[in-house]
Amino acid sequence: MKQLMVFIRKEFHHILRDPRSLLVLLGMPIVQLLIFGFAITNETRNTNIAVLDNAKDQSTQNIITRIESSRYFDIDRTLNTNGQIEHAFKTGKIKVAVIFQPDFQNELAHANKAQIQIITDATDPNQATTLANYISAIVMDYQSEQNQQNNLPYTINTEMRMLYNPELKGAYSSVPGVMGMILLLISAMMTSISIVKEKELGTMEILLVSPMKPALVIVSKVIPYFVVSLINVVTILLLSVFVLGMPIQGNIILLITVTILYIICALSLGLLISTITNSQQAAMLVSLLGLMLPVVMLSGYAFPIANMPIVLQVLSNIVPAKWYIIMVKSVMIKGLGFAGVWKEALIIIAMTVFFIFVSIKKFKIRLS
Amino acid sequence: MKAVVLENIVKTYKTKKSTVTAVDDVSFSVEEGELFGLIGPDGAGKTSIFRILTTLLLADKGSAKVLGLDVVDDYKKIRDIVGYMPGKFSLYTDLTVEENLEFFATIFNTTIKENYDLVADIYKQLEPFKTRRAGKLSGGMKQKLALSCALIHKPKILFLDEPTTGVDPVSRKEFWEMLKRLKAQGISILVSTPYMDEAKLCDRIALIQNGKIMKIDTPQNIVNQFGKNLYAVHSEKMFNLLNDLRDYKKTESCYAFGENHHLSMKDEEYNLDEIKSYLEEKGHRRATIKKIDPGIEDCFMQLMKK
Repeated sequence: MKQLMVFIRKEFHHILRDPRSLLVLLGMPIVQLLIFGFAITNETRNTNIAVLDNAKDQSTQNIITRIESSRYFDIDRTLNTNGQIEHAFKTGKIKVAVIFQPDFQNELAHANKAQIQIITDATDPNQATTLANYISAIVMDYQSEQNQQNNLPYTINTEMRMLYNPELKGAYSSVPGVMGMILLLISAMMTSISIVKEKELGTMEILLVSPMKPALVIVSKVIPYFVVSLINVVTILLLSVFVLGMPIQGNIILLITVTILYIICALSLGLLISTITNSQQAAMLVSLLGLMLPVVMLSGYAFPIANMPIVLQVLSNIVPAKWYIIMVKSVMIKGLGFAGVWKEALIIIAMTVFFIFVSIKKFKIRLS
Repeated sequence: MKAVVLENIVKTYKTKKSTVTAVDDVSFSVEEGELFGLIGPDGAGKTSIFRILTTLLLADKGSAKVLGLDVVDDYKKIRDIVGYMPGKFSLYTDLTVEENLEFFATIFNTTIKENYDLVADIYKQLEPFKTRRAGKLSGGMKQKLALSCALIHKPKILFLDEPTTGVDPVSRKEFWEMLKRLKAQGISILVSTPYMDEAKLCDRIALIQNGKIMKIDTPQNIVNQFGKNLYAVHSEKMFNLLNDLRDYKKTESCYAFGENHHLSMKDEEYNLDEIKSYLEEKGHRRATIKKIDPGIEDCFMQLMKK
């Protein structure tokens, strides 16, 4: 027992005495969360648009005012001829152009039909669709108001409700994603590097020949990073609640429990990496390429899994982060209880057992 | 019971193109309480033998026992009782001197206090720096700390792979005195070194070259078996002297040894005056020839030639 304590203390010395790695370990989650929470966001706000109003009557003015007053759009310029549209797009300043047909109000009143053309910059297709939809919605809104004044006999109203995330905040998807990524990175990469470092230094040779059991060596390597990961979990949760304004709907103890399961899974993955690599660089490369990429690409954090080709959908099942992110969303955002996440938890546990089993099989009790 | 027994150990390393035989049919044994030295140049196979005995490597052929325990079947038991200092031994550079020593003491189930007297001589020199990080020590100091770490536990048998490589002569001497003290406490010690002058401090030595053991005996016996007169020759032009002596028809061997060349003659009549006049002919003025006692290194050279 004393051996274990001294060994763990030694590992903490390694971490605490290297200010740079400590900064990375504790600072990276904060920076990533703030970047993904604030700076990089899919939300569209204050998009610059151009308006070409060929009618200049009351209806068009009304619609333009509505567009301008919405928080999604700013009118960057008013155009006078069709020829200016393309130039406006090419300068890159605007994302959308809205064109009203001549004699708009007259047509609307007498022919019951008037046209608005929406042109969007589709270099970013998702954003283009979203923006076009927003403008259509504003126009529809105006139309239904007009209809009510005219007392039409029947109308169909669609009413939307954004469940769990009514304000469509980006933080709701970035917080679980960052947690899945950071915890895996710190636990798996740092653990594997710290074990492989002993091999490189030649101290592993002594540790193997010492009376200390290999299992104890591993446990003492893993515990400090477990603690660091827990500290990160607490910082991430505090930041997401108090800075990003994302409340924890479900049971916080359940959230912490599934997080601990995930951390243990990541640690065992790190252990596995350490048994198959012999240098710190190799361990880092395997961790980054083998873990980071799948987590970002296949966990459903950056790209929706449902939209992927079937092969990648199947492949995404072996990424632990996918299951963890589902659990975090269920507990943190939807407020589900244990009954809502037990399947995912079981998958994570099964993966952990598998990683540990393979690591034990592969662990070298000798040098070669 | 013998401390160490090796029987016909063979170890080969395969590279892509060739197979290297690092240990070639080696057998020897170390008595309990003995200080046994493996003497040989770099690449002779010393480290492989150490790793096989410390259960870190599996031999291709042959068997080995440490304190009666088989290195393959009983590897766990062996790991509980041996002490080992690998040749490539690094300390934790971000731990202090004291923390390093404490760490190694603890993982070997002991404390600094308990075995302080074992390392006192060397560690005393380090004590003024005990709160300094190991990475900030000078090279020699690092090695001294490494030695202290290797010796802090009191195992039944100690394996030291080139413990004095890179250590200054004074510390080397202190280190060997420490080994003697450990030996007096009944610890069997197997030590390897490329320094021939350290060989005579062992009870018995094995001279090893290219994975093969050339001779096993006490240092004194090995020296006695030299069986020839050995001369130290010196002149003003040492480089030419070496070639000229080697060209001399009655010369068996001549090697450069620091300030002098060591010369041994063939088994036929020879005369020192005759050699001197030969050297003068070759233009060596003030050449001196002095009879000396052969050392381990001379014996090693002689055995290598056979």
